[in-house]
Amino acid sequence: MINTTTQSFSIEALRAGDRAEFALLMDAYSTPIYRLGLKMLGNAQDAEDILQNTFLNALTHLSSFEGRSSISTWLYRIAANEALMLIRRGKSNVNIEDLQSENSDDVIMPETFIDWTILPENELLSVEAKNALDTAIKKLPESLRVVFILRDMEEISIKETAEILNLTEVNVKTRLLRARMALREGLSAYYGERTPPKEKQ
Amino acid sequence: MTDHTHKNCKALLGLLSEYIDGELPAELCKEIEKHLEGCDNCRIVLNTTRRTIDLVRVPADENIPTDVRERLFKRLNLDDFLLPKS
Repeated sequence: MINTTTQSFSIEALRAGDRAEFALLMDAYSTPIYRLGLKMLGNAQDAEDILQNTFLNALTHLSSFEGRSSISTWLYRIAANEALMLIRRGKSNVNIEDLQSENSDDVIMPETFIDWTILPENELLSVEAKNALDTAIKKLPESLRVVFILRDMEEISIKETAEILNLTEVNVKTRLLRARMALREGLSAYYGERTPPKEKQ
Repeated sequence: MTDHTHKNCKALLGLLSEYIDGELPAELCKEIEKHLEGCDNCRIVLNTTRRTIDLVRVPADENIPTDVRERLFKRLNLDDFLLPKS
């Protein structure tokens, strides 16, 4: 992850149409926003569309950016909305606000109890394992996937993730736990087959 | 293992994320660790969840592909700022 948190931008310059400042903003955030698109949609073309639309949208609406949230929160919010709209294309008027109506607070109970963490690094980090991880991420419902990507991949705080998605912090924590549990199950199914029998129960 | 009940496992599971993220008070952490000492399954769930999170962390030096960056700058009519990224 590139370090965007310590970099600050002049909101006045951005709002005044300072192109050099906007170029710096793009360089600071294009990598995580592209990655968000890639992990949300699962393909490079959609990720590129999300990236371009996010900055086009930001450029168009900068004059109305009031600074109530940080510029990063604002950008991520636009990007998350772009991703969700693309995922749900075909269904009308669905965006980030719909995340709030999805109540799925039940904890996912673990089913696989195999300690695959003992596997050697080259097995844990193999290309095949990465594919298994990507498949597991893709299987998450988008309301959990977006929380997981922001919090665990991009290491954005619970508070900022809640601000980006317009959710409560409690809601973010619940979804994060569900996402982590679901991915753990997915990875346990994959790595479990490769773990020596004595570690299985 | 005397206080080990399924109820405790479920309670721990509800707090697992916050425990991993270091967001729980010390008292509660102690209770959780006591439970973990006697519960193999919960210990496995904790270790494998921690490792799952480690595995998805993004490498610090990852960047968008150069051609994607170039097309972005061109789309925004900012290609005059398209200097090599430092």
